Amino acid sequence: MIDIQSVTKRYGGKAVVDAVSFSVPEGSIAVLVGTSGSGKTTLLRMINQLVSQDEGAILIGGEDTRGIPGHELRRRIGYAIQGHGLFPHRTVAENIATVPRLLKWERSRIDAKVAELLTLFQLDPALYADRYPHQLSGGQQQRVGVARALAAEPKILLMDEPFGALDPVLRGTAQDELLAIQKRFGTTIVIVTHDINEAFHLGDTIAVMDKGKLLQYGHPIDLLKTPATPFVEGLVGTFDRPFRLLSLGTIASVVEPGDAPGEPIGIDKTQQEALAALMWAGAQVLPVTAEDGAKLGRVRLETLLGQAIRPQ
Amino acid sequence: MKFWPLIPRLILLSLLIAFLVSPESFEFLFKPLVQANAPAIYNQGSLASLTLLHVRMVFFATCAATIVAVALAILVTRPFGAEFLPLARTVVNIGQTFPPVAVLALAVPAMGFGNGPTLVALFLYALLPVFENTMTALTTVPRAISDAAKGNGMTALQTFWQVELPLSLPMIVGGIKISTVIGFGTATIGSTVAAKTLGEVIIAGLNSNNLAFILQGALLVAALAILVFDLLSMLERSLMKWKAA
Repeated sequence: MIDIQSVTKRYGGKAVVDAVSFSVPEGSIAVLVGTSGSGKTTLLRMINQLVSQDEGAILIGGEDTRGIPGHELRRRIGYAIQGHGLFPHRTVAENIATVPRLLKWERSRIDAKVAELLTLFQLDPALYADRYPHQLSGGQQQRVGVARALAAEPKILLMDEPFGALDPVLRGTAQDELLAIQKRFGTTIVIVTHDINEAFHLGDTIAVMDKGKLLQYGHPIDLLKTPATPFVEGLVGTFDRPFRLLSLGTIASVVEPGDAPGEPIGIDKTQQEALAALMWAGAQVLPVTAEDGAKLGRVRLETLLGQAIRPQ
Repeated sequence: MKFWPLIPRLILLSLLIAFLVSPESFEFLFKPLVQANAPAIYNQGSLASLTLLHVRMVFFATCAATIVAVALAILVTRPFGAEFLPLARTVVNIGQTFPPVAVLALAVPAMGFGNGPTLVALFLYALLPVFENTMTALTTVPRAISDAAKGNGMTALQTFWQVELPLSLPMIVGGIKISTVIGFGTATIGSTVAAKTLGEVIIAGLNSNNLAFILQGALLVAALAILVFDLLSMLERSLMKWKAA
């Protein structure tokens, strides 16, 4: 879906993005992670041509982005940034309607879309549509920012540290909300972050960048299993990597038949969450239930510990 | 806006109108200020018409200056106009550094006596506040906001009209406000070169040692400045409704 082909960008002779290539499959989430100055934001901004590359090409659905006028390209691609960038002089509804209005949608279609998105982000349209951004809390502003990015139903959504300004609790909620929305619309998402936890939580694939170079691009498990460089190894963290590994799979794959006493664990929980529950309960084994509460079997501490061993 | 703060302004406005319609009714106030046989109310022309001419002069000069200053500021904040910024700054700064009297002295030989030199002086004087305020407003639109405008598919022109300009308007009006108030005061000096302004009243008072005349001219100018300042402040606030709401 998004094909980045040996893209280079130089500022003053220095390459801030240096011959980077990778492709993001349709309907997946790719996370660009790296320290500040690694070139990840510049790379993101080249996808919608806010920055134009000096070398290489970026193809979207097989089409070279340089063949499309910049503003038209950007109307097709959702764009959400840190600190939301909402227009302070426009109401919430007007902000969300930005791209549909540029695309000259009919009034009724815009209104319906705004109401749909507000409801989706749990902001009552009757209450929030006519408010100005400064009358919202930080979490609400961030949601409106994402709603605005999604308003014209883009197939691609670019996000630059969208949750950076949120406190940890709100950030977790916002991340889960994003995952739910991605599932619902099947949007291809490229998201920039410096938070490796966020990368592991959200990413189907993770691209690690440092000093303009792409060090590694792959599934989260690949980063744990075979870090390409010491930088990647350091970034994913040596002391908590077994827990990260467990966080990548649900307990569905480790459930065994049988019963056990104690507080049941939901089948949709990650192995990391199950491990935490077992450790906290001081139990060797706990029951597993389906969402509707039906007994499915049990999970053993020993099995989970086995899952945390470095994959070969 | 609440009603109470409006009351002193309404009183001032009614006093101003009443005085212009019937200056004689206020004679008792000014009588104690003059010698027994001197006139207590300006009698060398109509105060009302001088006031209108004064307002007209300031209005035209400020409008012209606003058009030029805003256009210049917009030009030099566009990517293609950035190299003109130092030049534009120099031009508007020269307007401000010349004392108005010097502008008049220089303009009279070229334009002759009358309204012309004063219009030029007021115009030059009004440029700087409007230019600097417009510049500041346009260049301090938060980066995240203009970035979001562009990132959501606005063209440069759409970003300007739909985002940058509306966000800058209150500050631009603030600049116009400063220019107008300066203009009301400065216009009086124009009467030294025969411009038709309220300065005539003050000069007549100085020439005939008539304190009542001087006060009438000065008070009228002050009242006008205060009322216009308030009017423009109201406009400024109404443009920022989104901030106060």
